[in-house]
Parts: sequence; C-alpha cells; structure tokens
Amino acid sequence: MKILLIIISYIGLALSIIPSVLVFLGKISMQTNTTLMAVGMVLWFGTAPFWINKKTDKDNASDN
Amino acid sequence: MSPQTQNTGPAVNEYEREPVPASAQKGWRSFLGMYAGEHTAGTEFVIGPLFVAHGVGAFDFFSGLILGNILAVLSWGLMTAPIATSKRMTLYYQLERICGYKMVSIYNVVNALMFCFLAGSMIAVSATAVGIPFNLTMPTLTTWLPTSLGWVLVVLVIGFLTTLVAIKGYNQVARFANVAAPWMILIFLSAALAILPELGVTRFSEFWAVANKVIWTGIPLEGVSKFSFWHVLFFAWFCNMAMHIGMSDLTILRYAKSWKYGFLSFSGMFIGHFIAWISSGILYAAFLQSSNFSTEFAPGPIAYGAAGLAGAVCVVVAGWSTANPTIYRAGLALQGVFPKMKTWKVTAWVGAVTSIAACFPALVMKLLDFVALYGLVLMPMGAVIFADFYLSPRFGITQEMAYNRNISFSNATFFTWLITLAICLGLNLGFGIDIFFLGLPGWFIAVFTFLILSNTLYPKGKEALV
Repeated sequence: MKILLIIISYIGLALSIIPSVLVFLGKISMQTNTTLMAVGMVLWFGTAPFWINKKTDKDNASDN
Repeated sequence: MSPQTQNTGPAVNEYEREPVPASAQKGWRSFLGMYAGEHTAGTEFVIGPLFVAHGVGAFDFFSGLILGNILAVLSWGLMTAPIATSKRMTLYYQLERICGYKMVSIYNVVNALMFCFLAGSMIAVSATAVGIPFNLTMPTLTTWLPTSLGWVLVVLVIGFLTTLVAIKGYNQVARFANVAAPWMILIFLSAALAILPELGVTRFSEFWAVANKVIWTGIPLEGVSKFSFWHVLFFAWFCNMAMHIGMSDLTILRYAKSWKYGFLSFSGMFIGHFIAWISSGILYAAFLQSSNFSTEFAPGPIAYGAAGLAGAVCVVVAGWSTANPTIYRAGLALQGVFPKMKTWKVTAWVGAVTSIAACFPALVMKLLDFVALYGLVLMPMGAVIFADFYLSPRFGITQEMAYNRNISFSNATFFTWLITLAICLGLNLGFGIDIFFLGLPGWFIAVFTFLILSNTLYPKGKEALV
C-alpha cells in the first residue's frame, strides 16, 4: 500500500514538471500543461502526507 | 530567503539552557533538506520579480547571485557553524550568557517585531492569490496603502486563519511544509520553463540573448531605482544576515554533528535563492510583456498566468507556510519577555499585529529593503557573539561576561548595538549609502565597539565600572 502511495506521489511530481518541458519543446499547449499540473498537485498532496513525514522521521533517526 | 521555518519548531525547545548532547545530534541529510526547504518560500515570489523591476542586467544578476550566495554559504560554514558546534547552545542562551537576560528581552522584542512584519508580507503575498476569484484590485509597485475594503477583508481572514493554526497546530503545519517543499521547488521551475516560449526562448541556446533583451534588461521600471551587480551580490549575501552573521542559526546548527554542515546551506542558496529567484523573475518578465508593462505587482495572478491553479496554490502555500511558523516564532520570542502570559494569548496578539501590518502592500513592494533592514538590525548581536568567542581572550576580556560576572544587563553590548545602528543610519542618511551595503562596515563597527566598550566598562579582574 505504501509503495503504491509513493508511486502515485512521484507520478504527481512528474506531472508537475514534465508537461512544462513538453510546452517548452512545443509538443503540448499551455492549457493542457496547466491542467496536468493541477492533476499532479492533487496526486502529490493526496498521497505524499501519508508517507513523506514518516520517511523524514526515519531518516532523522537513522542520521542519529 | 526565509525566517527559521520548517522542522525547527518544538525541537528547539529542547536543551534550551544546556549544550545539545551527542545523542541528540543529527546527520547531514537533515540539514541538507532543511536548508533547501526553508529557503524556497513565499518571499521568493517577490524577490525575483523585484530584481527585474529594479532593472538589473542579466550578467550582473547571475554573477551577483552566484558570488553573493557563495559568500552566504561561507558565512554559515565559517562563522555560524563553528560556534554552534563548539558551544551547542541556542542563540538566546548564548546571548544571555554574554549580555545578560534583561538585554536578551530587548533583543526578543525587536526580533518578534521583525518576524511580525515578515509574516505580514507573506500574508499579503497569499492574498494576491486568494483574491483572484474575487477579482480583487491588486496592488501596484507604488502601492503602500490597502487597495480596497475587499483586500483588507481577504488579508484579515488569511491572517486570522494563519494565527489560529499557529495557536492550535504548529506540528501539523511543519509537517505540511515538509510535504509542500519538493512540490513548490518543481512548480517554480516548471512555471518558468513553460513561460519561456512566450518570451521567445524555444531552445536553451536562445536563453541568454532573451534574458538580456527581455528579462534582466538593465532598465528599471518607471519610478523604480536602478540596481547594479553590487546590489544583487550584497542582497544575496545579506538577505539571511540575521541567520548567519547574526547567528540566529546557532539554534539549528547546534544539532549538527560537524561544523562542516554549515556549508550544506548551499542547498537553500542554490535552489531557493538562485533557481527560484531566476524562475520568479522570468514569470514577472512574461507578465510585463503580456500586460504591456503594467505596474501591477501581484505574485498570485503572475503565477496563475504561468502555471494555472497549481501556480496560484503554490503562492498561497508558499506564503502561508512561511507566515505560519514565523508568527509562531514571534510568539515564542515574546513569551520569553512575558513568561506569565499564556502562549496562545501571546500568539494571538502577534497574529493581530501581523494581520494589520499585512493590510499594507508596502511590506511587499519594499520587501528587499525590509529584508536588508531585518538583517542589519539583528547583525550587531551576531557580531558580539563572534567577538566574544574568537576575540575576547586575545583582548583580555572575560568570555561570556554576563554569566561569569553575574551581570543582568551588559551596557557594553547595549551600546554596541545602539552605536552600530546609529553609525549605519548616519552612513545611510548622511552619505547616501544604500541599506544593502551597510551590513559589512556595520559588522566591523560592532566588533570594534564591543571590544573597546567591554575593555573599558568591564576591565578584567576589576568590578564593572557601570
């Protein structure tokens, strides 16, 4: 389950940056880009809170 | 730039009056992530565009940023971190041992006031995004007063909600900020990349020519002063002056296993203060082109135009996630002054002052000057800590004077602070030296004054003269 959440989060991040690269390359329109970025935002904020802080806490513990 | 934000909330309440033990020290990854997150904040949406408005040339901008950021990283690495990892105490306790607890109370009030204004500017930035669906009249570069009743209402509602969260749920905000940080960095980058074709850049090889011609043109907007390479360099170096040379980050870096972790601030400088400033500058240049050089200055609509809903949300989140811990920290600073007052009451008062300040867009339009002032005002206390740590023994001065000689209010420190700021004010008013350039001479003045006054007022082996 956690792996699935992480995968969806990273898809969200990918949708936040890849469409802009495609706009820059002239492959998609600005309108499509902003829609995909909004979808990416929903995916990221919908899934990342369930694992990112736990990972940070774990990292901090392993740092110590 | 940013005040101390994410990950630094309740943790700093630990070991407040004792050195951080080895078991509580943290590894390099904590600091790398913290600096990257802290310095990609709401202020970045304002600072990048203001450099464009002030007519910085492209070469001046890039070279000034690179050199200024390197100097900032060196300041953290060579000045703050060695003291932090040697003493392992909070800024406040370190100051108390040098200046006395009464002196620290004055410092706390000044610090809290600065935090209020900084948080206020971030609430105003958020309001420019929240106001989009309400068709609010947005402020322009020359707007200092509230633009409309609607603006005031939106600002007060955001201020109220931010204060409420600061009172009730700081931990959740800190955790939310951790979630938002990587996404915000990508939104900055992505919005700028997507807007570049509108400025005429379709290949990376075309970027430099367009940057010179359309973005950082070297010509300021009407009614705005011209900035040079030196403005960029000193601003990039000193915009976090309160944190490095001013020693606020002693509180954070005391947890570092090694003094070398101070250099990890490069993640914040070269993501937040380089990529984010470049990106927000590009967005503003595109806005200027599409609006026929409108003087409107509102990060919300600018980001919305380039990245749609995600852009507007990014402005709200960036502003809010900066304002919230800043209000919380201002409350903590003031609670040291009013220890009998309940935390929620102090935070509520701080929130009220912040919200009223946020109604005035001048805080946003003059953010560069305010940030420079913020660092300058707090810098002398950092200079005092530096002088006490490195120079006091060589000049025959008792280290940690207040602690070792039972002094509650160090006149040497107080007058060092006053004299330094008075000379800086004189340099500004009398000789027209810009506020951005005062930090460097100010630091030497503060160190010199502290050594002279400490030697004169508190000679070693004798009773204090005052």
